[in-house]
Amino acid sequence: MANMSLKKNEMPVQAPDVRNKNFSEVALGYTEEQAIDEAKRCLNCKNKPCTTGCPVQIDIPAFIAKVAEGDFAGAYDVITKSSSLPAVCGRVCPQENQCEGKCVRGIKGEPVAIGRLERFVADWHNAQPEAPVQKPASNGHKVAIIGSGPSGLACAGDLIKKGYDVTIFEALHVAGGVLSYGIPEFRLPKAIVQKEIEGLKALGVKVETNTVVGRTVSVDELMKEEGFESVFIGSGAGLPRFMNIPGENLSGVYSANEFLTRINLMKAYKEDSATPIKAGKSAVIVGGGNVAMDAARCAKRLGADVTIVYRRTEKELPARAEEVEHAMEEGINFKFLTNPTEITATEDGWVKGVVCQQMELSEPDASGRAKPVPIDGAFFEIEADCVIMSIGTSPNPLIKATTAGLDTQKWGGIIADEDGLTSKEGVYAGGDAVTGAATVILAMGAGKKAAAAMDEYIQNK
Amino acid sequence: MFEILEKKSLNPTVTLMKIYAPRVAKKAEPGQFIILRTDSEGERIPLTVADYDREKGTITIIFQIVGGTTEKLNHMNEGDCLQDFVGPLGRPTETEGLKKVAVVGGGVGCAIAYPVAKKLHELGVEVHSIVGFRNKDLVILEDEFRAASSKFVLMSDDGTAGEKGLVTDALKKLIESGEKYDRVITIGPLIMMKFVCRLTKEYEIPTVASMNPIMIDGTGMCGGCRLTVGGETKFACVDGPEFDGHLIDFDEAMARGAMYKPFERRAHEEACNLFKEVK
Repeated sequence: MANMSLKKNEMPVQAPDVRNKNFSEVALGYTEEQAIDEAKRCLNCKNKPCTTGCPVQIDIPAFIAKVAEGDFAGAYDVITKSSSLPAVCGRVCPQENQCEGKCVRGIKGEPVAIGRLERFVADWHNAQPEAPVQKPASNGHKVAIIGSGPSGLACAGDLIKKGYDVTIFEALHVAGGVLSYGIPEFRLPKAIVQKEIEGLKALGVKVETNTVVGRTVSVDELMKEEGFESVFIGSGAGLPRFMNIPGENLSGVYSANEFLTRINLMKAYKEDSATPIKAGKSAVIVGGGNVAMDAARCAKRLGADVTIVYRRTEKELPARAEEVEHAMEEGINFKFLTNPTEITATEDGWVKGVVCQQMELSEPDASGRAKPVPIDGAFFEIEADCVIMSIGTSPNPLIKATTAGLDTQKWGGIIADEDGLTSKEGVYAGGDAVTGAATVILAMGAGKKAAAAMDEYIQNK
Repeated sequence: MFEILEKKSLNPTVTLMKIYAPRVAKKAEPGQFIILRTDSEGERIPLTVADYDREKGTITIIFQIVGGTTEKLNHMNEGDCLQDFVGPLGRPTETEGLKKVAVVGGGVGCAIAYPVAKKLHELGVEVHSIVGFRNKDLVILEDEFRAASSKFVLMSDDGTAGEKGLVTDALKKLIESGEKYDRVITIGPLIMMKFVCRLTKEYEIPTVASMNPIMIDGTGMCGGCRLTVGGETKFACVDGPEFDGHLIDFDEAMARGAMYKPFERRAHEEACNLFKEVK
């Protein structure tokens, strides 16, 4: 008999006024009882609308049925047929727009907590004693993966299982890409990311850190001199954008990338870190996406009074619903319909404040989207000694500039077809390097598609 | 791991090291830089490539002890390994079409100016090197510069080495005496480069300055190294590190460079008791 409760099982979390002072994980995960109870809310629909909402098409009702039976190992097997990083996706996917957004239970009440169940299954699996790993038999073909973020890891995972000799090249000193340098510890513990990477290494994937493709070695050299038959480019979202307003280069102004990299990759939040960070007394974060929420919540944890300014309204915030909710609970102020026009300075070149203009939403245009328009003369200043710009990224030109015959869009993204094939034979691409800033799961999906296409390409050569 | 094959003290605060990093050595060109970490808890610091040996697979770095990390690095010895060493990063110095160049270096910046002078010299460019130090104890690479230059001028603040005065005095004298440079390349403290650029602007000599701002990833991802050049924001790591010196906003660069001074001072003091104030 299905559990007909209209509400999801709540997931235990650290209390807001406790967690906003530490970097430990906010959400604590379901217990076995909670997971089974939640799994019983699934009606096991025949047409599986949830699965159509999943970028990697996990057979969601099948894994949930296993959870309901208490067969967690079986549930893990179902998930990993389609996903290489369940512990990560269960935590960072925007489920409300994907699987859960399509769940029938969501029509009257809350959808089944698919994300929380996925996370539960992955965490349960990771807590079990490790089974000895069987390395796949080699098929003798070498492939290279550029970037060790979600798309690269997913691509590597699928190719190693098919017997390829897989090497991942990573520019930074730690693998994981945005999972390591971007998403904070309290949302995605780094131990989980490293565990996923160790799992791939155990299967035989080689990871060469400290290698900037385009500088240390080029794509052409990898293919012509080092014997890689096919290359996947998953180099990520690239360079942070700024608003081009006065004062953006003052001391105390960070890109969200820099702020988060200092904290997540370089552990600047720890007392004894060699890398400094200054969140100041009052920090203003510009932007409304997941990255803005991450930066805001980090600044809060470093002791700053934090305000997020966003030029549209709460309804249009692009961040995951849970992140916005958590940020609000943690005491972060939101100023909507607000657009910075200038950052003011102290005498010694530090940030003093942010001059903002009040906005209003226009009538929806032809596309149905209301545009924020400035209200004449409606300016005000927010005092701040730290400003974090979180308004998106533009692609890194390095690989394009050093790879002959690789075509890119006008805005810089690599051009790739449905399967990830670029304009260059044997070279595939996926993730943010192709789409511009998107989500972990979309990048993973692209990595998997490319892996299948690379396999076909090499086998038919 | 990246082994330290050779270590040499050039003066009391400046050290040279040769690091085994074959992938980097295969590609490095003058003007480019590397990023290193001494240990698994260390910060990432950028250092310009001072020399390279493609056959032996080594990169030479020359650094001044200014903060916690350079202090730690200076305590490492031949046979020790650096945790991380990545590069070459940034764009190489542009040398095409040059016939006569003045290379103006100051302090430890001379370590970066030298490979540029050497490369130009090898390409058959007429090189005049003007280098400045505070005093004779701090002079580095004098013989190397002499070998790579058809004219060499040594300046010191106190007159204990070469002539007394600033590098800008020497440069001005050469220009006034009729030397015609098609480019000036300057590498050193920001304040020195600012005044070199101001001088060459008066004489309308194209000038390139090599910037060494605070950096983290070095691949364009963080934007910490940004500076204003001709009113536009540029990233030193991917657009530079060399820029048109007449367009750089040096005052802004100096303010940004001082952002973590108090932190560095503390790290430096913690690294060595000798730097602590006597209570």
